[in-house]
Amino acid sequence: MSKMHVKMTVNGKEVEGLAEPRTLLIHFLRENLNITGPHIGCETSHCGACTVDLDGKSVKSCTVFVAQAQGKELTTVEGLVNEDGSLGVLQEMFREHHGLQCGFCTPGMITRAHRLLQENPNPTEEEIRFGMAGNICRCTGYQNIVKSIAAAADTLNAQKEAAE
Amino acid sequence: MIPAGFEYYRPSDITSAVSILQEHGDEARVIAGGHSLIPMMKLRMADMGHLIDLQDIDALKGIEIGSDAVTIGAMVTQHELITHEGLSNAVPLIKEAALLIADPQVRYMGTVGGNVANGDPGNDMPGLMQCLNARFELSGPDGVREVAAREFYEAAYFTAREDEEILTRITIPVPAGGTGYAYEKQKRKIGDYATAAAAVMIGGGTASVAMTNLADTPIWSDAAGAALAAGDVDGCVSAMMGAIDPVADNRGPIEFKKHVAAVILRRAIARAQSRAS
Amino acid sequence: MNDLTPTPEERAANLKGMGCARKRVEDVRFTQGRGNYVDDIKLDGMLFGDFVRSPYAHARVVSINSEEAMKVPGVVAVITAADLEPLGLHWMPTLAGDKQMVLADGKVLFQGQEVAFVVAEDRYAAADAVELVEVEYEELPVIVDPFEALKSDVVLREDTVDANGKATDGAHGPRNHPNHIFTWEQGDEAATEAVMAEAEVVAEETMYYHRTHPCPLETCGSVASMDKVTGKLTLWGTFQAPHAIRTVVSLISGIEEHNIRVISPDIGGGFGNKVGAYSGYVCSVVASIVTGKPVKWVEDRMENLMTTAFARDYWMSGKISATKDGKITGLHCHVTADHGGFDACADPTKFPAGFMNICTGSYDIPTAYLAVDGVYTNKAPGGVSYRCSFRVTEAVYFIERMIEVLAIKLNMDAAELRRINFIKKEQFPYQSALGWEYDSGDYHTAWDKAMEAVDYQGLRAEQAQRIEDFKAGKTRSLMGIGLTFFTEIVGAGPVKNCDILGLGMFDSCEIRIHPTGSAIARLGTISQGQGHATTFAQILASEIGLPADSITIEEGDTDTAPYGLGTYGSRSTPVAGAATAMAGRKIRAKAQMIAAYLLEVHDNDVEFDVDRFVVKGAPERFKTMKEIAFAAYNQAIPGIEPGLEAVSYYDPPNMTYPFGAYVCVMDIDVDTGVPEIRRFYALDDCGTRINPMIIEGQIHGGLTEALAVALGQEIAYDEMGNVKTGTLMDFFLPTSWEVPNYETDYTVTPSPHHPIGAKGVGESPHVGGVPCFSNAVHDAFRAFGLTQTNMPHDHWRIWKTANDLGLHG
Repeated sequence: MSKMHVKMTVNGKEVEGLAEPRTLLIHFLRENLNITGPHIGCETSHCGACTVDLDGKSVKSCTVFVAQAQGKELTTVEGLVNEDGSLGVLQEMFREHHGLQCGFCTPGMITRAHRLLQENPNPTEEEIRFGMAGNICRCTGYQNIVKSIAAAADTLNAQKEAAE
Repeated sequence: MIPAGFEYYRPSDITSAVSILQEHGDEARVIAGGHSLIPMMKLRMADMGHLIDLQDIDALKGIEIGSDAVTIGAMVTQHELITHEGLSNAVPLIKEAALLIADPQVRYMGTVGGNVANGDPGNDMPGLMQCLNARFELSGPDGVREVAAREFYEAAYFTAREDEEILTRITIPVPAGGTGYAYEKQKRKIGDYATAAAAVMIGGGTASVAMTNLADTPIWSDAAGAALAAGDVDGCVSAMMGAIDPVADNRGPIEFKKHVAAVILRRAIARAQSRAS
Repeated sequence: MNDLTPTPEERAANLKGMGCARKRVEDVRFTQGRGNYVDDIKLDGMLFGDFVRSPYAHARVVSINSEEAMKVPGVVAVITAADLEPLGLHWMPTLAGDKQMVLADGKVLFQGQEVAFVVAEDRYAAADAVELVEVEYEELPVIVDPFEALKSDVVLREDTVDANGKATDGAHGPRNHPNHIFTWEQGDEAATEAVMAEAEVVAEETMYYHRTHPCPLETCGSVASMDKVTGKLTLWGTFQAPHAIRTVVSLISGIEEHNIRVISPDIGGGFGNKVGAYSGYVCSVVASIVTGKPVKWVEDRMENLMTTAFARDYWMSGKISATKDGKITGLHCHVTADHGGFDACADPTKFPAGFMNICTGSYDIPTAYLAVDGVYTNKAPGGVSYRCSFRVTEAVYFIERMIEVLAIKLNMDAAELRRINFIKKEQFPYQSALGWEYDSGDYHTAWDKAMEAVDYQGLRAEQAQRIEDFKAGKTRSLMGIGLTFFTEIVGAGPVKNCDILGLGMFDSCEIRIHPTGSAIARLGTISQGQGHATTFAQILASEIGLPADSITIEEGDTDTAPYGLGTYGSRSTPVAGAATAMAGRKIRAKAQMIAAYLLEVHDNDVEFDVDRFVVKGAPERFKTMKEIAFAAYNQAIPGIEPGLEAVSYYDPPNMTYPFGAYVCVMDIDVDTGVPEIRRFYALDDCGTRINPMIIEGQIHGGLTEALAVALGQEIAYDEMGNVKTGTLMDFFLPTSWEVPNYETDYTVTPSPHHPIGAKGVGESPHVGGVPCFSNAVHDAFRAFGLTQTNMPHDHWRIWKTANDLGLHG
């Protein structure tokens, strides 16, 4: 099959590459662009390790063809660090509250949590658990992930208040 | 899990999409959100030479709320169904069901059109649409036609849609004020298909009942609805139990599924009744 | 001393040593996607390998035709057993003393078995070519039931019978049938039978601990790179034991060990799955040697679930005897163990059923007997310890179910039955009837604390009311109170009785103190999420008085790390943690001499004080460890070599025995079979606690894996040997929605033989959690006559239990 010229914006930068249309977005990110934060866990859209933010939606990039993502805007966990290179609030809170162990699910978790908090800045525990249910973690039992996200929401809200 | 190769198309109108389908016959498939199709392609259980991506076709988007009916474009995602306030007010059953489909990420991509057109007995929207008495608009080489959801499903993955047709819009009558509704689903975990699911509407002297993943198509039973409308819950359940035909799978054997189907249906009826006024 | 001098407490706090909830150093990388897992490795010219796998569970391979596959653009090679045979690599040794086909050698023994290895320029070309390799099979009768296997005329492993079809001796002695692998006996059979015969009460039960899989989120994979110029092979992979892998690769390939460098990069969870040696590793090495290019192999999720190491699959029959008052007098256990097509269990050599002989549990049982029969079937090989020490989950499940069964027989409260049979505090060190010496414990204290924390009597009263309401038709929900008291056996282990492939199960730590007072320590273990880079630095900080933040921990590179047996069976803290403390003490001993020289006093006149050596009785005269480190490199000190380094190889004198008391409160919807966990209380005693935050995280995680196994997770086969649960749609991994919040608690009973008293914790919650969830399900139905129902307790099986008891009217 012939390759197509893929263009998209990833973490604020315009990127391009040649790929077959069937190339899965996760492979394009990892192999062509060397963006290896998103991981491959289950390949059947159950585990969420490959989650990226695609035009403002949390998406499992193992179940998207690169052709479908042509021209779109993506954010991965690498794009959630602060401008000065320090950890973003969610990243910091995952560290603070031991929301990760082996780290394999973490990029997908944090990227999904980012969108969840964009849509619901004050989630209850139940809303966090329901909103994160597309991401599987084998290590933490989720309790500290939920805690990390709740703490990030508090921090982000406090920052917003201070700025106003 | 790597899919086989294909030619990719992203037409911007329905006519172009249909003509690509016409050109390539059963070598071509349309793709909406892709969350049913792509896993099948990755497992190499689905293989096609031509893939037509519908995402750029504006005519397939949007939700319109009319006084008698709502229409939903085939490319509207589950996430949009859940977050559309007007739709939630007009037909709240849709949101209740959509929240029980898959998981958040899948709901951002999964479309109502894909869910109803695929013909997968595990999908929740077909039974829901039968309960709501929706009509599906199909566009093909010979123009546009409508098929009732209750007449659309023939067998697992076989529907009234012809190979060269695209399911474009869904029209749903707005239930009368005071109609009670409920969508009840038992599943093993988030992301699973239903062990049994029931959609129920009661109000204005009528009732409609449909169930999911208990046969090779969704099951809507006229008799069950009529019994329920007459206040005969046992009759409704018994009619439905006569209509379903579950198969054993990892969720359990047939006798279990039948039992749970009845329990789930009764719970859905009870909740719908409690919401009716 | 003045007001500005930090107090010892302040100085200790600055070190972030043992006992503090130090934030993890790993997380700065992981949270921003800067981990380096095996699939992240990319080398120039790297090729990709993918397997052709058998669709059949038992078949002869008649022919393999790769002509069409080779035509796919980008395909470099298709390797079969015929290609490996001249190199002697078509079979490989297993960890259990058996051997296993690397690629199908004339037949296949389980669905998904590796048949050919396609090597291509990228994974897409490889996948396309896999589809085009034509394999002709001749199907053979399939056996998926171990009991049937022992009766069948069908010989699964023709390589293990002589010319007359008689089973030849195996790695663990005589075999009584071609499909029989071993019989392993512990304890005194005659004495146990005698006790049973005389007993006032004997309870009997048979239970199946179903086959499941560790399923770490990252699948297994490797990258092999043979440098033909230097003759050096570098192998990156998902290895829980990188040094053992190096030795195995050397033994089977003939490449000298110094020419092999094995690297475990970041590992995305292991849970036992990454202990074994897999065909993919071998094939990536061979392919790199053949092509002269680096070759990557990474399995997909279906391959992971269907072919790499499973766990459990134990049919356990028990008899437990007691007096009428509930004092246990004897225990009898027989296991039929389904090992699949090859015996690839990961156990110490002398323990073909692992530490199943810990099955007397936390109880003072004077007489016991255990026999385990290993059996071949047409299922995938494996038998690893999924988040537990070798077969301890099975053992604890067995005894904790038998206790419940006995309680039913005696019509006694199961909490009280446990209490009167616990090994008493003063009995430690305790010699068990099946041969172990328990190091320390205070079970009564832990149990009483747990019972009080959950208000056990209150729960029982609530349950009694619920039963009454259920019988009166007021509710369709039942309440189960799951109890478990477990004793783990971890930290394998003493070289005198623990080895794997002849390698003693010691572990190691090497420390280099840098002149400016920072340090690097390297260990023979490898973290898969346990946070070694954080906690081992904490141990060292307390031992050598340098801040944990100034200590780098490095693992997983066999060219730099000292030899060790890796991370599994909760052995890192008990063994490598001890090595770390011991190496630290060597550093401190030398530092003491340097300090004495600098302070111009006798060696014995200085003493260690948190982060410094002080002159006894004159605390204002001191040298900090930082000062001492600098002196070690810049001053000529008579009689002392320059530098400050140490290495310790620690051979533990005994295992450690963590324990805990768990309570689960569960509501069960009788009509749908849906359980809801209302409360879970976990008290763990892992001895000395190094980092409470990490301990708590391990407990949450282990309990969640226990919930999964108890309530639905299984590798199920149909009678044709097809795997029915090959994707995450059907293989149950719970999400945040299905998992409760857990309450954690602890007591501290240090291990008397461990340098810092630590026992290990990573696996306790899994070991204790599975029976606790399962006992809750059982307990809900106890009042209605249930004694035993097998896991996994998924909706339909719970429903069936209710249905069989007549609870559906």
